[in-house]
Order: sequence, then C-alpha cells, then structure tokens
Amino acid sequence: MNKILKRKVLNPTVILMEVDAPLVAKKAEPGQFIILRADKDGERIPLTVADYDRKKGSVTIIFQVVGATTKQLSTLNEGDYIHDFVGPLGKATKVDGLKKVAVVGGGVGCAIAYPVAKKLHSMGADVHSVVGFRNKELIILEDEFRAASGKFVLMTDDGSAGEKGLVTNALEKLIESGENYDEVITIGPLIMMKFVCSLTKKYGIKTVASMNPIMIDGTGMCGGCRLTVGGKTVFACVDGPEFDGHEIDFDEAINRSSMYKPFEKAAYEKACNLYKDL
Amino acid sequence: MPNMPKNKNPMPTQDPKIRKNNFLEVAMGYTEKLALDEAERCLNCKNMPCVEGCPVNVHIPAFIAKVREGKFEEAYKIISESSSLPAVCGRVCPQESQCEAKCVRGIKTEPVAIGRLERFVADYHNDNSKEAPKKVKSNTHKVAIVGSGPSGLTCAGDLAKRGYEVTVFEALHLAGGVLMYGIPEFRLPKSIVQKEIDSLKEMGVDFKVNTVIGKTLSIDELFEEYGFEAVFIGSGAGLPRFMNIPGENLKCVYSANEFLTRVNLMKAYKEDSATPVIKASRVAVVGGGNVAIDAARCALRLGAKEVYIVYRRGEEELPARKEEIEHAKEEGVVFKLLTNPTCIMGDENGFVKSIKCVEMELGEPDASGRRKPVEKPDSEFTIDVDCVIMSIGTSPNPLIKSTTEGLEISKHGGIVTNEEGLTSREGIYAGGDAVTGAATVILAMGAGKKAAAAIDEYIKNK
Ligand SMILES: Cc1cc2nc3c(=O)[nH]c(=O)nc-3n(C[C@H](O)[C@H](O)[C@H](O)COP(=O)(O)OP(=O)(O)OC[C@H]3O[C@@H](n4cnc5c(N)ncnc54)[C@H](O)[C@@H]3O)c2cc1C
Ligand code: FES
Repeated sequence: MNKILKRKVLNPTVILMEVDAPLVAKKAEPGQFIILRADKDGERIPLTVADYDRKKGSVTIIFQVVGATTKQLSTLNEGDYIHDFVGPLGKATKVDGLKKVAVVGGGVGCAIAYPVAKKLHSMGADVHSVVGFRNKELIILEDEFRAASGKFVLMTDDGSAGEKGLVTNALEKLIESGENYDEVITIGPLIMMKFVCSLTKKYGIKTVASMNPIMIDGTGMCGGCRLTVGGKTVFACVDGPEFDGHEIDFDEAINRSSMYKPFEKAAYEKACNLYKDL
Repeated sequence: MPNMPKNKNPMPTQDPKIRKNNFLEVAMGYTEKLALDEAERCLNCKNMPCVEGCPVNVHIPAFIAKVREGKFEEAYKIISESSSLPAVCGRVCPQESQCEAKCVRGIKTEPVAIGRLERFVADYHNDNSKEAPKKVKSNTHKVAIVGSGPSGLTCAGDLAKRGYEVTVFEALHLAGGVLMYGIPEFRLPKSIVQKEIDSLKEMGVDFKVNTVIGKTLSIDELFEEYGFEAVFIGSGAGLPRFMNIPGENLKCVYSANEFLTRVNLMKAYKEDSATPVIKASRVAVVGGGNVAIDAARCALRLGAKEVYIVYRRGEEELPARKEEIEHAKEEGVVFKLLTNPTCIMGDENGFVKSIKCVEMELGEPDASGRRKPVEKPDSEFTIDVDCVIMSIGTSPNPLIKSTTEGLEISKHGGIVTNEEGLTSREGIYAGGDAVTGAATVILAMGAGKKAAAAIDEYIKNK
C-alpha cells in the first residue's frame, strides 16, 4: 500500500501523482518504470517514473486516463492508497557521454521524456526538446521542459499553440539547420516514434525509443511485453524499455498493442459509468 | 491380511463434461472409506522402496499404517516430518515416476495410491485440526528469502520453527510462486496455498510482496543495510522460451506463463476481472509438460471448442503427470503427437489464423537418453486455430545473477550450489528451479528444507 502524497491535474485527461515509495525512490533513474494495481482486484499496469525525490522518498507518476485502470486510478485522491506499487523496473536511460541530444516527446510521453531531458541538462548536455500535442489544452510540463532545454520547440497538430505540425517536421528542420546531435531520444505514441526513427535513420543519427508494450509482471516472467529488435525477440520490461530505434520492428509492436482493444473499450466504458459522478 | 484388489481405488472426480466448463477442482479426494480401503493395499514392505523413490523420503509405509488404523492426525505428523506441503504435493507430485514407481505392488498390478492417500491425510488435517501454528521465541537472527514458491516457503517455515526472524521478498503482489500464478485452480485450489502462507505468517514470517530483488533491493543491501545474516534464493525459473519461428509475435500468441498468469493470478477467468485474456475457440498449445496441459485445459474452460496439444515426441515421452494427461483427454483435448510447428500464420489484422506443422519420427536417443525427433519429409500440414500458446520451457531469470557479484551461474543459467544449497558466496544459499531449471514442487521443497538446515548450522557456527 502506497500513499498518494500529491495529486495534480495537468490537463483534462492527464494527472500527476506523487506517491510515497521510499525503496523505489532510492533507486529510480530516468527511463525506468513502476507497475501498479489501483485496488486489490486491479489489473497490473506499467507507468514510467516521471520524477523522484530520494530525500522525501517519493516517486511521481503522470498518466493519461485512457482505460479502465487509469480511470479508476484517477479517482484516487491525496491521502488515498495505491494497492500495489513495485519498481523501479527496466533499465535506466543511458546518458553517459552524451553532449548534445534531441529529446522528442509526444503527448503524455512527454511525462517520460521530461526526466530524461532534466537529467541530461543537469549533466551539462545541450538538450533540444521537441514536444508535440494534439492541441493547446493538452500541453503538459511546458515550463519544466523550457527550464531543462537549450532549445525548446512546441508543436501542436492544430496550431493552437507553438507551431502547427508534427514533431518530425520540427526535428527535421533542426537537423537541416545544422544541429549535430549525438543522439535522439524519443518517447511517445508508437506511430510517432516510428516516424522519428525513420527520419533519423535517413540522417544516420543514433536514436533511442522508449517502448511501452502490454505488460503483466515486469520481471521477465510472462513474455507478454516482447518485441522484435534487430530480428531478435526481446522483453521490454527487462531488456528495455529503451531500444535502438532503428532496429525496432514498429509495425509488429503497433499490431500487438491493439490485441485487447475491444476488451479495453468495454472495460473503459464500464469504468466511466462506475466513476461518472466523481 | 492385506487386501488384494489389483487396482487403486479410483479417485472421485467431477464429470469431464461438466468440469471442462468450470474451474473447480477436478479430483475431489478420497473419502474416509476409500482411504481406509486403499491403505489396506499397502504391504508394509520391510525395505521400503517407495521411501527411496520419494525425493524427500517421506516415511510412506509408516503414515499409511496410521491411515489404516484410522489415526489420520498421526499419519499427518509422520508426513510433516519430511514434507512441508503435503496438501500440495499430494495433488501435484509425479507419483508415477517417484514413490509409486517403486511400489512393490506395482510390479504385478497397480501400485498403492500413495499420492491420493497423502492428499487425503493433508486435507483431513486442514479440515479438522484446531492446532494453530506456533510462534517460536526469536533467536534474533535474521534470514531473508527471495521468492515465495515452494522452495522459499519451505525454507522460511523451517527457519521460523527454529526461531529465526524470516522475511520473504516476493516480486509479484501475491506470494506462492508457481503454485499461485501457474498451476490452475482446478488442479490446486488457491485456498490451499493461501492457507500455507497464512500459517507461516502466524508463525511470524514477514512477507514483503512487490519487492524485486535485484531491482528494488539488492542481495548485498540485504546483508549490509538490513542486517540479514543469510539469504536463500528461491526465485524459480520463470523466463519463458520461444521457438523463434515466424509468426510468434502475432496477436493471440501467448507464452504459457503469460496465459496462465492472466488466468490464475489475475483471475481473468472470472467475468468481472480487470485483466483481459483472449477467449479463443480453437487453440494449439505447443509442448507436452504439465505447463502445456494446464494451459490447454484452461483454454478449454474459457470456452474453446477445440484444443490441441502439439508435441514433437510421442505419448511415452510426454513429461506431464499421467493423471493430467488422462484428465485432459477425458475433457476432449486432442493430442497431436510427433508433430512440430514450423510457422504461425496470421490474418490481415495480425491475429493468429493457423499453425503450420510437420510430422516427426523418433530417431536415435540423444544426450538426455530420449529418442530424438526428426522431421518426416513432405509431411507439412496446417491446423486452423485462433490462439497459440507456447509452452516449450522456461529458464532461470537472470535478474539476480546480473546484480549479485560473485554468484556463480551454470551455463544453463542456474545458480551453482553445493549439496547443501550453498552458492559461491558466503551466506547465500539457493534452491528449487532457480538452481535446477524448471523441475518439480517436491524437489523445490526438498531444496528449501536442506538449505534451512544448512543456514541454521552456518549461523550457529558463525
Ligand atoms: C503451470 C505449471 C504447472 C506445474 N505443474 C507441476 C506439477 O504438477 N507437479 C510438480 O511437481 N511441479 C509442477 N510445476 C513445476 C513447479 O511448480 C516448480 O518446479 C516449483 O514451483 C518451483 O518452485 P520454486 O520455489 O523453485 O520457484 P517458483 O515456484 O517459481 O517461485 C519463485 C518465486 O520467486 C519470485 N521471484 C523471482 N525472481 C524474484 C526476484 N528477483 N525478487 C523477488 N522475487 C522473485 C517469483 O515471482 C515467484 O513467486 C509446474 C509449473 C508450472 C509453471
Ligand atoms: S511484462 Fe512479463 S515479461 Fe515483461
């Protein structure tokens, strides 16, 4: 049981929670994730560590309400408890030796991209952040990103804030203008990461993508999180979640991610009815 | 005068037509009358070959003699001297290749139903004994157990009985290991496993779930920061293997571990479960062990119309318990033996559509002594299925190895130990599947017992 210390609504569907979890906080690094169950009969879902405070012993998670479990989680308040909270899982982002990096985030993926940008910035790297959202309403962590970036480009699909267009447009512009990145780190929807990776492949820039497939245990026990990377089967929870973006079979990952779509939709609708007065 | 019927008293079971639609226990257990009658079949041999057949040497003729006298509680005490989990082992041990394989009555007729009697005695005790587990006065020494499968639970129990302060660290949210997440309810009711865990709690064993050793805490931290004097690693062999054939990553291809975890641990068989599982109508399970048979029978219970076991060797070689194979057949699982999959085909939406297989024949014996299956030329055929479950084995998880310096690992990934369970590092013991690779509950339990004794010696002499 882990207590929720803080709850903050970042945009209409994205919520931040700071959770009391001293053991996780002590070890957590950017790029790692936790698995939680909201209540005693809940589903196990992975969420990336968005921030941690080793002194306070707390871990911050940021999630978008997309399914039944996140809906249920969103109904918990400060002082409530999350039933199970385990981590930190997966490998940390490799940041050693990076001097100049483009961090490309999309949607709620920015919550995961931000601690990476922050860590790189604190190490003295030149961080260029390119973040994209569907529209102005959905923007999160703008100030935080600005503070951690040498350059910051905000994109929206509809042009309601920043520039209109996709993150790949912005990234390509930066590259074309002569910016020389050691590495691009991308975190966001699969389809976005796929296009970021095909763009950087064209320019021969090493790219790391953070994958978030369906998981259960998060310890390498079920194989449900498997992906094909460089022609080999890997388990995202223990071998990743970050992989060489030019080697990932994105089409397969996109296909696998839709396995439970009908079930998820039904469960989400049920949860929405259940929690509609909250 | 021992009673001489040729056959074991049959186990009362749920009707196959009914049970294939529910998750209730298949085998219902002997009645008192059946147990008394079966006990009469024991010849009480002087040289006790059955005891040798038992990996933990339960005093079999002695407990059966007590059953014959109707002193079931005393029979239980005799079993408990050697086994910590009789209600579990009575249900899941491969008796046909252990104790019962050595039974003298088995030479001419069927052996004594030792497993069924063990289960009867354990269930009798669970239903009738009022004796609460005792908390022994602490000797203030702390021991950590990693993993809460049968090896960890046994080691924890034996140490707690000797006065140690025991903490069990478990990665999942629920203790019990494979007994909870793997073996299905209809074969091993979870309430039985929970009861074992609850009684350890009453004895003072502390369970820390949601703690992944190697991630949340390292073994070195357990020693240095938490003051544990010894650690037992019983982390199992949970890493599923795949065949690396085309189509293995299509939608609706599961590892048996994932499928069974969804069904058992996450209760996906219940209508209101938050965790989804595909309810397929035609399922192929690849493999022939207990895990494969469990997956096949779960698929059936989730509503599949046709379930195939695809196994590359023959009936004789099936590693699963005989009783489970029989039960699976009664329930309608189809065994495609001497058959090996070569490819899984998908539809235009990326879901499984069929599985391509070839026929095999048995050639020369291989290193394991089993005859090696070789492909028959031009024997390819296709089975239409909408779900494939891969159950071709598991390996020990590398998480602990990669975070514990100086821990010697064999080339199969198992932790190397001596006879007593001591690893290459002082104070660190290991046992069960983490050492042997996927094996059995009784071997894991036996390893936990041995290690508990060795840890006791080690700490006493420190
Ligand atoms: C579906 C299935 C059916 C089976 N049927 C039979 C049968 O009929 N008869 C039989 O005798 N055997 C059977 N077996 C095999 C038997 O269950 C195992 O041999 C036995 O459970 C091994 O026990 P163990 O204690 O070594 O490990 P496990 O039972 O595997 O338990 C290991 C535990 O450690 C935890 N763990 C792993 N890594 C860590 C970590 N880093 N930190 C903390 N915790 C960790 C795991 O989550 C797990 O709970 C079956 C196995 C399966 C999967
Ligand atoms: S989540 Fe089960 S192996 Fe990765």
